[in-house]
Amino acid sequence: MEITLSHYLLLAGAVFTTGMVGFVIRRNAIVMLMCVELMLSSTNIVFAAFSRFHGNADGHVFVLMNFAVAAAEAAIGLAILVEIFRRRRTVNVDDFKTLME
Amino acid sequence: MELLNLNIPSWSDLAYWRPEAILCGTFLAALLGDLIGRGRRPAISFVISVFGLITAGAYSVAAVLHGGAAHTIMGDLIIVDGMAAFFRLLFILAGLATVLFSWTAEEIMGRKRENKAEFFYLTVLMTAAMMVMAEARDLLMLFLSMEAVGLVSYVMAGYMRTSLRSTEASLKYVIFGAVSSGIMLYGLSLLYGMTGAMTFDGIRAGLLAGEVNGLSLLITVILILAGMSYKIAAVPFHFWCPDVYEGAPTPVAAIFSVGPKAAGFALMIRFFYTTLAAGADPSASAPLIELINWPLLMAVIAAVTMTYGNLVALRQLNVKRMLAYSSISHVGYLLMGFVLLTDAGLAAILFYLAVYTLMNLGAFFVVVALNNHIKSEELDDYAGIGFRAPWLGTMMVIFLASLTGVPPFAGFAGKFYVFTAVMDRQWFWLAILAALNSVVGLYYYFRVVKAMFLTRPAEGADTTPLKIHWLQYTVLAVLAVPTLVLGFWFGPLKVLADQAIGLLSTGM
Repeated sequence: MEITLSHYLLLAGAVFTTGMVGFVIRRNAIVMLMCVELMLSSTNIVFAAFSRFHGNADGHVFVLMNFAVAAAEAAIGLAILVEIFRRRRTVNVDDFKTLME
Repeated sequence: MELLNLNIPSWSDLAYWRPEAILCGTFLAALLGDLIGRGRRPAISFVISVFGLITAGAYSVAAVLHGGAAHTIMGDLIIVDGMAAFFRLLFILAGLATVLFSWTAEEIMGRKRENKAEFFYLTVLMTAAMMVMAEARDLLMLFLSMEAVGLVSYVMAGYMRTSLRSTEASLKYVIFGAVSSGIMLYGLSLLYGMTGAMTFDGIRAGLLAGEVNGLSLLITVILILAGMSYKIAAVPFHFWCPDVYEGAPTPVAAIFSVGPKAAGFALMIRFFYTTLAAGADPSASAPLIELINWPLLMAVIAAVTMTYGNLVALRQLNVKRMLAYSSISHVGYLLMGFVLLTDAGLAAILFYLAVYTLMNLGAFFVVVALNNHIKSEELDDYAGIGFRAPWLGTMMVIFLASLTGVPPFAGFAGKFYVFTAVMDRQWFWLAILAALNSVVGLYYYFRVVKAMFLTRPAEGADTTPLKIHWLQYTVLAVLAVPTLVLGFWFGPLKVLADQAIGLLSTGM
């Protein structure tokens, strides 16, 4: 079987949906952040596939930049989580209700 | 086609980018100053930040006076034009006012805070990143600049590390911010796939040249709008806004309520105007806007955003939360200018943003000044406070009246331009809804005024006059005077906004 552009797009769509669904149904903040990473990775697949398809390097450059941004986001997200965990001993987002009305 | 079409940037490009370069240098210098002072000398960072912002501001003013055509720099990633100049001034004003005001804010400089200086240089860094947001003309720069602003804001929201509320606000901000930028990124990747281009001009050319399916373009635009709505806090991506404003220190909430929002609008204006509307031949672009029924989409988002923000603001008893919901409703008014993607509408957005920055910063700063003394933002604790600090109370009345949009304050002129831009094209229901919303706004804004001046404080409450620092009075006066003056002398600002948008369509 030949692997075509649509295969890559389907894969990316599946990964993105997995991330989105996981983000909505899981309540553990670390898992939620991991699901966001899945969503970012799926866009990397789309960018790389289209970059090859269009024959220009713009998409590849975007993927490289995206790695850095995803890493920075994870670093800040986890740092904040550690700070919260120290005070609350939980990372379940349903327990964070200090700011609700 | 060449695989690598590298446009090597030259050093002379940096001449057009002095304010941004200065702010980046200021950030590093202030960070170094903090390290040298071992975190115990916030004054070093404060002074460096203030001087850096003033120098960058001077260069921005010089660039405006100098005028000149638009320049694309760093290859094709960034454009420095009239609109960029307009937003540079706006962001530097907001950043400088916040840094100066926070010097005497208990929440930032209080005895228990360990990392005081951080606030100043993070504000400087955020100002620089917001300026890049207004200059991006490429998907890569769009994404990077949005993330840069986002990452700095996550840290600033969690500034009070030991406070449960502050860290919780920060976590909510980072989790939902990350997911919304993921959704937006997916839209950007599809857009790249459809057109094979990264620059906004290239995308537009690709959309016009190829056979674009209306449905897939609509889905892509909605995905991208999701990420941008999060930045400007438009319904249904507003839910972080009240929580973050309430949990974060008030000076941080003040700059969040104007800076990233204005930057988000700048980005949206350049992105959607260039890709969907602008171009040498306006008639050629009509199909793209109609293909996805853009006016109706934006009108519904604007209508829902302003109504929701207003109705929920009615029940708020915490002034910070009330201001958060009021800022959501103002986003609704601003989005009205987007409905038609016309020059008049976009210029009205710029004008309104400038006015909104002045009055909303002012209102938040009064909350900061009061918090220094009464340690609370609850409406009940504001009872009779207008008599303990008459000048502060008067300024709050000016800012709130301007936010309501009653003449002769600047808010009225801002609303007037947005409303006429919509009515020019027969969108009467939207204009009427917005007018009704303004009346609702009158109720909750004046409830604060009533508490400050007409309510008797509880028996035995402290009634001594409040001592407000002279620096705070100065900053508030700098914000209050234009809020008054721009209400009847709005010509120059209007001309500046018109020019900025005019250059956008011709300067490409």
